[in-house]
Amino acid sequence: MVTRAEKKAAKKARRANESFGRKWTRRSFIGAGAVAGLAASGALVVGIAIRPGDRTDELADLVTEGAEQLVTTWVKIAPDNTVTAIIPHGEMGQGIHTALSAMLAEEMEADWDAMEIMEAPAEKEFANFELGREFFFGQSNIPNALFDTVNGLMLTAAKSMDLQITGGSTSVRFTGVGAMMTAGAAARELLLEAASKQWDVPISELRAEKSYIYHGARKAPFAEFAEVAATLKPNLRPELKKRSEYKLLGQSLPRVDIPSKVDGTAIFGIDAQVEGMKYGTVMAAPVHGQSVAKLNTSDAKSMPGVVDIFNMGDYVAVVADGYWQAKQALDYVEVEWTSAETDNVNEETIFAQYAKAIETGKKTVLHKSGNVGKAMESAASLFEAEYRVPYLAHACMEPMNATAWVRDGKCDIWAGTQNPLGTRMVTAKTLEIDPENVTVHTAFMGGGFGRRATPDYTNQAAQVAAKAGVPVKLIWSREETTQQDHYRPSVLGRFRAGLDAEGLPTSWESTFVHKMDPPEASAIFYDIPNVKAQYAESPTHVRLGPWRSVDHTQHGYFTESFIDELAVNADMDGYEFRRKLLKSKPRHLKVLDTAAKMAGWGKNLPAGQAQGISITESFMTIVAEVVTVDMSGGGPRVLHVACAADAGMAINPDGFKAQMESGIIYGLTAALYGEITIADGAVEQSNFHDYSMVRMDDAPKIDVEIISSDASIGGAGEPGTPPIAPAVANAVFKATGKRIRQLPLSRHDFGAAT
Amino acid sequence: MRSYATAEEATVVQLTVNGKAQNIEIDPETPVLWAVREQLGLNGTKFGCGASLCGACTVHIDGEPVRSCVTPLSEAEGKEVTTIEGLAAPDGTLHAVQQAWIKHQVPQCGYCQSGQIMSAVALLQENSDPSDADIDAAMAGNVCRCGMYTRIKAAIKTAAKEA
Ligand code: FES
Ligand code: FES
Repeated sequence: MVTRAEKKAAKKARRANESFGRKWTRRSFIGAGAVAGLAASGALVVGIAIRPGDRTDELADLVTEGAEQLVTTWVKIAPDNTVTAIIPHGEMGQGIHTALSAMLAEEMEADWDAMEIMEAPAEKEFANFELGREFFFGQSNIPNALFDTVNGLMLTAAKSMDLQITGGSTSVRFTGVGAMMTAGAAARELLLEAASKQWDVPISELRAEKSYIYHGARKAPFAEFAEVAATLKPNLRPELKKRSEYKLLGQSLPRVDIPSKVDGTAIFGIDAQVEGMKYGTVMAAPVHGQSVAKLNTSDAKSMPGVVDIFNMGDYVAVVADGYWQAKQALDYVEVEWTSAETDNVNEETIFAQYAKAIETGKKTVLHKSGNVGKAMESAASLFEAEYRVPYLAHACMEPMNATAWVRDGKCDIWAGTQNPLGTRMVTAKTLEIDPENVTVHTAFMGGGFGRRATPDYTNQAAQVAAKAGVPVKLIWSREETTQQDHYRPSVLGRFRAGLDAEGLPTSWESTFVHKMDPPEASAIFYDIPNVKAQYAESPTHVRLGPWRSVDHTQHGYFTESFIDELAVNADMDGYEFRRKLLKSKPRHLKVLDTAAKMAGWGKNLPAGQAQGISITESFMTIVAEVVTVDMSGGGPRVLHVACAADAGMAINPDGFKAQMESGIIYGLTAALYGEITIADGAVEQSNFHDYSMVRMDDAPKIDVEIISSDASIGGAGEPGTPPIAPAVANAVFKATGKRIRQLPLSRHDFGAAT
Repeated sequence: MRSYATAEEATVVQLTVNGKAQNIEIDPETPVLWAVREQLGLNGTKFGCGASLCGACTVHIDGEPVRSCVTPLSEAEGKEVTTIEGLAAPDGTLHAVQQAWIKHQVPQCGYCQSGQIMSAVALLQENSDPSDADIDAAMAGNVCRCGMYTRIKAAIKTAAKEA
């Protein structure tokens, strides 16, 4: 049966869906910087100046209708007392709309069951405020993951303001804690103060609960106090609740986006409907960076339904009455691409280039402690290993697509994007129009994983629509989506450890190519006194981009494979070896112990089976995984994954578990099969037949245990991914004696079934 | 309903979609996927690979699950097509499989889920009490990039029990 809570969730989801088609009208602004006042429309507007240069009045014009009150940048109250959370992040399945609105409701004491959710329009005012402030004031570290994402937009200027990005597992950690909870608490304090004035009773005798204010038996809805609240000055540092006082957070609330995803009504980017729209598809230069040399479209143009075919420089676009017609015609387009040095690039040349960079290139030291050189000299023995990982595509289930309509110096874009503001800025630059004239309508994403932070596909839609003069829904084929990705880099890493007489490491040195983010990905949390981690740049023409957990994927695999090798070298159990090196890290120890216990580490297993263990920390969340593999069928079959995770606190425990399950399967696909290869400069893989996915019949059973600690809240979407590849490789070693120093596992021959 | 313009090949294909008779003027080679999405505006059926490799586009033709991205509309002529939008009862009550999907909070991004649900419904019509191996075999054609396989399996079992 569908419960009441689920019905409520369905209603919320419908509203969220409707906002996709909603038009954000910009009415004339009143003076910027005011905290409260009357908007041009006559609606009372209340804002909370929780940041310098607050322009809440302008925001009110964007998101309120009629007499709704905009109480803070992230919340508004309607006359019927409905509280709406305005969420500045896209939903790609991570349940962020649910988690962030629950964080707001918790501090505001809003009625969760009657709350509505709206995705913020792509306006600077909704840029992730905490991130922006930290950047401007240089107070602390903006997650570097975001910088490269923004750089990926070719927009250095965007660094400063356009930070409405969903990525780097930042949504809950930064927007949630920094903005939603603060905004909720400030709004609650304002309403209480207003009630105290209106009722003339001391504030200490009032309490807020489920969108009402109570004084003894007397009660009134929040909405009644909005007008007075508008005249008050908000508290910039409202008091936040203790975790022990939470009522909503820590509960597994049904996700608000789920009902629409089981009945076919959820609207993804690809579902955009614009009156009079045509359909487009493209073919870009297979070797990145090259362009059209010769084009013959005469056969293609005569195909049924074709509207036009455009030479777009580095890609060709067909516009037709339907996608299928456009795709059919594209197959008849004859194109020759320019040639260059990059035509000769292949796997061997790339890894030879990496080796050279590591051996003779300029190195930048990322982490350093103690004196590695000295420690290596005095070590009882040395141990070395070299690892490789390949390029990886994101393979979002929904191929890249966007719908654009360019007319009268204006552009509307409909798309699923992790980066609506970046999309807006890039489009404005491309079309040479003011960003004010670009409107981005966001929709659900059929997978993001970092791919949808780079707005190349939205940019193409705008370019093609501008040429076509009509709205165009531009859809990439799966082949194009695979071959025109921005890939997780292929990486070569060399590791060296100096060991004491027992075989325990006293020094650790890593040298590798590429550094995206975050910088701590190559840091070591084990108790090793002398550490040096350094990298060399070694760019190729292959485009790179953030991929779920960014640099942690390769470094998790390197570090946890190398530690396992050191354990074997010391003739110690991998779990016990790690414990010895984690004596000063109680959180890590607990996570490791929990996973080991869940899996029954060390128990007797049937012939051909073995367990492997690993532990990583990423985006402030510590995750250990123990996998059980079965090698009796020849290649590895992963039967079970025991996953223990400490993210400080899980806002929505079931949602957190789902994120771990998801991250594990995503990383397992990469470990077992994931490999994008370059031949003659171009990506060789094209569709799911040669870029394989873990499917139902090879998916392991997964158990997740959440550990609560008093640490700050860590990420959920990414930290499940890094530990899985090394855990599997370590299990395979235990079962077969074969150490896997190059992923994916499908490259290796394990002989016939036994 | 719109029709593609100027297609010499266009003819009228008659079929039933979610219980409703439809005459679609179209090149009969057009895959069912694009006809239901672009001609009928039924957007719940999704494009994933276009090559029968992912299952996102799964619909039923006369009760049989098919990959609509590689099935020409001519093959559905005179037949009954069911898409995700046609699964709930006329009064809006969700199919037992859809209810189980909510109960187990299966979808993440949700993009694969129309296809997953259509495959699961077809499986349960054939086999009201599927084993793990039956589920593996019937569902292996449906990729979930968000990796919700554990939940899909659990939800199928719940739906089998409650149907
Ligand atoms: S879109 Fe039809 S099987 Fe993938
Ligand atoms: S839920 Fe995202 S692909 Fe299945």
